[in-house]
Amino acid sequence: MAELLRVTTEGLYCEAGDFFIDPWRPVARAVITHGHADHARGGCASYLASVDGLPVLRARLGADAPISTVAYGETVQLNGVHISLHPAGHILGSAQVRVEHKGDVWVASGDYKNGSDPTCLAMEPVRCRVFISESTFGLPIYRWNHDDIVRSEILDWWTECKNTGRVALLLGYSLGKAQRLLAMVGHDGPGPIVEHAAVASMTKAYREAGVALPQTRVAGEGMPEGGWAGSLVLAPPSVQGTPWIRKFGEISTAFASGWMQVRGARRRQGFDRGFVVSDHADWPGLLEVIAATGAERVLATHGQVAVLSRYLSEKGIDAGPLATRWSGETDGTESEPAP
Amino acid sequence: MKAFSTLYRTLDGSKRTNQKIAALVAYFRDCPPADAAWAIHFLSGRRIKLGVRRADIKAWAAQEADIPQWLFDESYNAVGDLAETINLIVPAGKETLGHGLTWWIEERLMPLVGATPDQQRCLLVESWKQLDPSGRFLWNKLLTGAFRVGVSRGLITRAVSEALSAPMARVEERLMGPWVPGPGLLAQLGDAASAADPASPRPFFLASPLQDKITDLGPCNEWQAEWKWDGIRCQAVRRGRRAYLWSRGEELVTEQFPEIARQVERLCHDCIIDGEIVARRDGSILPFHELQKRLGRSVVPKRILREIPVALIAYDLLEQDGTDFRDLPLSQRRGHLEELVRPVAGDQIMISPIVEGDWSELEFQRSQAAQNFAEGLMLKRKTSPYRSGRVRGDWWKWKVDPYVIDAVLVQSRRGSGRRAGVFTDHTFAVWKNGVLVPVASAYSGLTDAEMKELNAIIKNSGLEQFGPVRTVKPEHVFELAFEGVSRSARHRSGVALRFPRISRWRRDKVAAEADHFPALEAMITKTPIIKREITGELFPDWPGCGTDPTNQ
Ligand SMILES: [Zn+2]
Ligand SMILES: [Zn+2]
Repeated sequence: MAELLRVTTEGLYCEAGDFFIDPWRPVARAVITHGHADHARGGCASYLASVDGLPVLRARLGADAPISTVAYGETVQLNGVHISLHPAGHILGSAQVRVEHKGDVWVASGDYKNGSDPTCLAMEPVRCRVFISESTFGLPIYRWNHDDIVRSEILDWWTECKNTGRVALLLGYSLGKAQRLLAMVGHDGPGPIVEHAAVASMTKAYREAGVALPQTRVAGEGMPEGGWAGSLVLAPPSVQGTPWIRKFGEISTAFASGWMQVRGARRRQGFDRGFVVSDHADWPGLLEVIAATGAERVLATHGQVAVLSRYLSEKGIDAGPLATRWSGETDGTESEPAP
Repeated sequence: MKAFSTLYRTLDGSKRTNQKIAALVAYFRDCPPADAAWAIHFLSGRRIKLGVRRADIKAWAAQEADIPQWLFDESYNAVGDLAETINLIVPAGKETLGHGLTWWIEERLMPLVGATPDQQRCLLVESWKQLDPSGRFLWNKLLTGAFRVGVSRGLITRAVSEALSAPMARVEERLMGPWVPGPGLLAQLGDAASAADPASPRPFFLASPLQDKITDLGPCNEWQAEWKWDGIRCQAVRRGRRAYLWSRGEELVTEQFPEIARQVERLCHDCIIDGEIVARRDGSILPFHELQKRLGRSVVPKRILREIPVALIAYDLLEQDGTDFRDLPLSQRRGHLEELVRPVAGDQIMISPIVEGDWSELEFQRSQAAQNFAEGLMLKRKTSPYRSGRVRGDWWKWKVDPYVIDAVLVQSRRGSGRRAGVFTDHTFAVWKNGVLVPVASAYSGLTDAEMKELNAIIKNSGLEQFGPVRTVKPEHVFELAFEGVSRSARHRSGVALRFPRISRWRRDKVAAEADHFPALEAMITKTPIIKREITGELFPDWPGCGTDPTNQ
C-alpha cells in the first residue's frame, strides 16, 4: 500500500490530497494540529484548523491569516481524500488529523494527552491503520498524578509563600499550560493572580473562545493593593534570571512541567519547586491511546522515538520512527524546552 | 519514616542554615533515640555495606515494573540516579507501613547482609510495596549507598548540641570518636559523665590560609615556622601499647600505614600526636598521588609497602598519659613532643623541623619550599593553645601558591581534532547557599593515567549531554590552583580565576567537603600576588637557566 503521509523537506505531506500537516515551511495548504509555535508557522497560503482553536491561532498567526475552520468530527474532502479533526486533549483547539483515502486510514496525533484538562475537550482515540504518535514522555518513569493532587500541592505552596511574605512565581508555557494552571487553581487561591504579558494575550484568546478562567491582572498594570507579596505570578520559563522578576521582591520559583518528574532536572535548573503537570501523555497514556486506535503500524515522532518504537515492536506492532524536524516545543518567540 | 522524609525535604530544599538547624533540632528532640542515631549516621556520610549487587537491584526493579531490562536501563540513563529511577518506575503498593527509620534500616536493610539473592529480592520487593513514595526514595538511597544531603558535620554538631543542651565542643569531640548507631548514641554524645572512647582522636585544629601581609603578624620571634607538607593530616593515638591512626575525615587508617603504627607503639607513653603522613623515599618526599596508593584498600599489598615508604612528621602533642596538653602554649607542647618522640625518631617518625629566621629569611625559605618537597610554610603562634576546628589567628598556612580551592567536577567537554572523543575541558564548582556554582574551567594538571580514569567515569556518568558537553554527577573533588581571583560581571559566579589548573584529585573528599564560595571571595586580591622567583641557583640542573627559557 502506498504511503498516505510521508515526510518531505516542507513537512508531513499527503500527496493524494496535496496538503501538509503542521509544515515547517510555507506551503499552499496546511492542516494545523494546534497553536504551539513548532506546529503552527506563518506564511502558508491557506490553513485548516479546528474551530475551537481559532482565537488562539489568530493570536499566533495574525488577524488576517487565511484560516478555514471545521468542527471536530466534520469531514473535508480534498482530491478524494477525507480529512477530519478530532480532539487531542493537548491545549484548546488541539486536534488529531484523520486522513482517509481509498479505505486506508491514517491518524497524525499532533501533541496529545489523555488526562483531564478543564480548558479543552478530552482526547478521543480514533481507529486507524497507521497512527503517527508523539512520544515526548515515552519512558516508564513518566506517570502523572491526578490533577487534584497537583492542584493542592500548588495551593499549599502558594499559601506558604503568602505566609512568608513572598511572591509565588509559577513558570509554565504561556499557551495552554498557563491557562490550565489558572483553571486548576480557580478562585481558591489565597491572593491575586498576576500574568506576564505573553501569558495574558493567550488567556485573552481562551476567554474569547468561551473558556471560563479566574480573574487575573497583567503585571504591567502595576502592583496590586497591598503589594506583590502573596500573589501568584504566572509567566513563561524564559523570564527566569531576567530583570523582569526583580520588581516582585522575594520570590519562590516553581516550574510546572512534565520534566519536573525527575529531581535532577528540577535541581539543575535552580527551581525552588517543581510541579509535575504536563500537556503530553505519560507512558501509560501513550500505550493506552495506541492500543485504542487499533493501529497495526505506529510511527513515533517528537521525543522518545527509539524507545517507543522498540517497545511496541517487541509487543508485535509494526513500529518505527517518523523522521521529522520537530525536536521539541517552542512557545512563540521564547526559546523553551519542550513542556 | 515520615519524620525522616520531612527532615530530608527541609535539608534538601532549604538554602538557609538556620532553617536546616531548626529542622534537625526538632527531629533529634522528637524522634525515638534510635532514629536520631541512624539519622546522624547517614547524615554524616557514613554508609552500611549491604552486599547487594547493583545489577540485581536493576533486574528486580525491571521485573517488578513489568518492563524489559533495556527499558529500565534507558530510564536509568534519563534519570541518572538508581534510587530515583526505581521510585519512578516500580508501581507503588496499596498499603504502606508506618514504621520509623530504625525499623526500615534494622528490619529491612541490615538483613540484606549475607542473605542469598532470593532473600534479598524478597526484602526489596516487599519494601518497595510497603513504603510511601518519599520514604521509598530515601530507603532506596540508603540501599544504593547514594544518600547525600547538604549538611556539614558542623551543622550536625550544632543541632545535636542544641537538642541536648550540651556544649558544642563535647558533642564535636564525641562525634569524632568511634561510635555505632543505637538508642544510646544521643546520650553518649551529650552526657558529661560518659567518656568518649579513649582511642578516639581530638578535634583537629585547622590552619587558615594567610592573606594578610606577613609583617602584620607582629614580631617574628612570636611565631614558630615549619614546612607545610603535602600529605595526610593524622592524629596518632597510642593507648595501652596499641596505636590508632586517624585521618582528618575521622577515618581509622592504621592498616594503611602499618610501619608508622609499629613505631607509635614503641613510644614510652600513651599519647595523642598530631602530624602529617607523607610518602618518603631516600630522604625525598614523594608527590601526593604516590601516597594515595596507600589509601582506599583494606590490605596494602607488600609491593606498595615496599615501593612507597611512609613517614609521620610529628608536630604537636595533645595528650600524654591521660593529661590533656591542649591548653598549654605551643612552645611547651613542642618541648614535650621532642622529648617523647626523640627515642624512636627515624625513618618512620620524625619531628617536624623548625624553620629559623626573620620574616625576610622566612619569605626566602618559603620561596624554596619546593626544594624541600613542601607546599610552603606553616606559621604557628608560640603562645597558642591547640584549638578545635578552623579558628583564625594562631595557625596560618603560608603556601607558595596561596590560591588553592577544592572544587567539584560538574561538567566536561570533549576536545576537538586529535583530542576528539576525550574529555579534556572540565568545569568545576564550589558550594554557594547549598548549590554548586561553577567557578572555573581547567584542562591541565592530571597525569595520563588519571585522565584515562576520569574519562571512563565521565563516559559512564549517564547524565545529560548537549553536543560535546556532558554533565557529570557532582561527586569528584579536585584541588584547583590558580594565580588570583578578581570580580567579574561576565562570569555567572561573579568571580574570575586567573590561570586555573588541576593540582590534584582529592579522592579523599566527597562533594560535600568541597570549598564554599566565601572562601573564594576572601581571596579576591588583597595582597599583590607574589611571583615565584626562579633563579639559576635554585635550579642548578636547568639547562640554560638564568636566561629566558622561551628564547632558546
Ligand atoms: Zn504542543
Ligand atoms: Zn509539539
